Amino acid sequence: MTTERNSETLSPLVELTLARLREFIRDPGAVFWTFGFPIVLAVALGIAFREAPPPSSHVAIDAAAPGAAELALALDADEAIVATTMAESLAARSLATGKIDLFVVPTADGPVTYRYDAVRPESSTARLAVDAAIQRRAGRVDVVVSTDDVRTEPGGRYIDFLLPGLIGLNIMGSAIWGIGFAVVDARRRKMLKRLAATPMSRAHFLLSFMMSRLVFLAGEVIALVGFGWLVFDVPVRGSMITLAVVSTWGALMLTGIAMLLAARPKSTEVASGFANLFMLPMWLLGGSFFSYERFPEAALPVIRALPLAALNDALRKVMNEGLGLVDVAFELAALGVWGGLAFVIALRWFRWQ
Amino acid sequence: MDATPSAAAVAVRCRGLVKHFDDVHAVDGIDLEIRSGECFGLLGPNGAGKTTTIEIVEGLTAPTAGDVEVLGARWGAGDDRALRDRLGVQLQETQLSEYLTVEETIRLFRSFYRRGRTIEETIALMALGEKRRARVGTLSGGQKQRLALACALVGAPDLLFLDEPTTGLDPQARLAIWEVVETFGRGGGTTIITTHYMEEASKLCDRVAIVDHGKIIALGTPAELIASLGADRIVEFELAGDIDVAVLAALPGAAAHHRRGPAHVLSVRELADTLPALLAALDAAGVRLVTMTTHEPTLEDVFVQRTGRALRDD
Repeated sequence: MTTERNSETLSPLVELTLARLREFIRDPGAVFWTFGFPIVLAVALGIAFREAPPPSSHVAIDAAAPGAAELALALDADEAIVATTMAESLAARSLATGKIDLFVVPTADGPVTYRYDAVRPESSTARLAVDAAIQRRAGRVDVVVSTDDVRTEPGGRYIDFLLPGLIGLNIMGSAIWGIGFAVVDARRRKMLKRLAATPMSRAHFLLSFMMSRLVFLAGEVIALVGFGWLVFDVPVRGSMITLAVVSTWGALMLTGIAMLLAARPKSTEVASGFANLFMLPMWLLGGSFFSYERFPEAALPVIRALPLAALNDALRKVMNEGLGLVDVAFELAALGVWGGLAFVIALRWFRWQ
Repeated sequence: MDATPSAAAVAVRCRGLVKHFDDVHAVDGIDLEIRSGECFGLLGPNGAGKTTTIEIVEGLTAPTAGDVEVLGARWGAGDDRALRDRLGVQLQETQLSEYLTVEETIRLFRSFYRRGRTIEETIALMALGEKRRARVGTLSGGQKQRLALACALVGAPDLLFLDEPTTGLDPQARLAIWEVVETFGRGGGTTIITTHYMEEASKLCDRVAIVDHGKIIALGTPAELIASLGADRIVEFELAGDIDVAVLAALPGAAAHHRRGPAHVLSVRELADTLPALLAALDAAGVRLVTMTTHEPTLEDVFVQRTGRALRDD
């Protein structure tokens, strides 16, 4: 009539982890967001920032000025400049929306006015290029001969910077959406309450999420690193073992944060709010898409200690710079403090029903 | 442990159970003694406090006041997990994971219990053999409920909790659940069941507590409760017009009169005596009869008599 536990089933921790893995792989949405989406993002960004000729400056000449068409034609001959004529009434809006980088107002007797936004680097570049072309056309002679030696080597391109950032972002996203949402959804379905009514160990339940996370982590990191290497030649300069350690540590600590975000909400809507509250600053300050070094100096020590920034920095040090574990000690410690604290608080606050 | 000689025969004992949610008195002083091996029913309308009571006994909700003893142990006082090992629980409205199959779900729950049934035996017991590889998301309401029961029974519990196990099921699916509960009882298990179906309580329960507004308003075997009406027949009718209720209560063979919404309900000892007298009285008062039905007294009538309301609003 009755059997002992281990004669028929594996340990509850293993059975719980298997259940998590099955739920995940049978949910097409979850699989896409975990594996497909980061690759789609990498392709899109890789194409957007591929090794293309340097972008041209888009300039417009005041159509009402004498000789405007002729000047436009002359400037357009410069390979760094795309020039057209435009009515002044249109210029303000075109400048504001970035359709043109510079508006040129020539006069009959010589002086030229440049209208642009000095904060936009594209506009400053356009001003330099257009001014040089106009000066040369008017007879200026360069006194120093200069030649360009342009390089695009793997390791120093945007995609090389981007890929570790995408891995970090994905580790964070999978933890928050994959773990946090699964927990809140189980609570909403009263599944947590049902499990709490069994002799199941509550620690086993929480651990099973960590274990299932680690299984998929390997897949995610391999997919992104492999994709970057095959398609964009993005190198991993450090050791694969260090990369594995950093990813695993980061995934565990972000799972701790996900558990905290998921500790109380009863509905996925509320959980979504918490998730966005946490992730929005991470997207902005975490340095996945662009370096956070441009933020004010005083804020940098704080930004560096944020979970996603620390994870991205550690991944970049390993992948781009080829550094070892000792060099990422600060980042791992910062992640450890965030994740550890979050997990401890989550355990205390956790709502089973 | 309680030292009284009857302790071994008592599966659950509640004294002065109270649960307040903010201003709502969900449970308002409940005393219960459920004997080992019996099927005990908490019968009452939605919102009566049945679920809160059963969840306090299950150790899922802490009472505001009162004392609960389950299989001789108290929640939080010793080894809760050892106690849970002996309980089988089916909650109202649990949605099991849609992406797992029937067999995987039962296997998962089996892994939590030190002892229990084999997975095969449980699947056979719940007649889920054909659906063993089906995902939970594809099951019908009745099949889902059988699976919920399978998860409650896979640990071979001594004490089984069922919270509205057949709500929303068709008659055939309901019958299948009843059979399993009866089989469990024949094997010596104790069952606590909440329901708002009086047929379910009459059919399954050895004893029934009728619950309303967080209090027990009647307790006994279904037969005792029905006998307390002192009637062989219930006559229910609606009138076009008013009549002095004292006249109705005084009719020959009538045991009691009460209202149920617009309807009059007459508990009758001898229908053959009362019916002609009733029609004559209505005639004399010049009141027209709109509808009239008669039926055997049920637990529903016990509830109506004590509260003046129907068990179910639907």
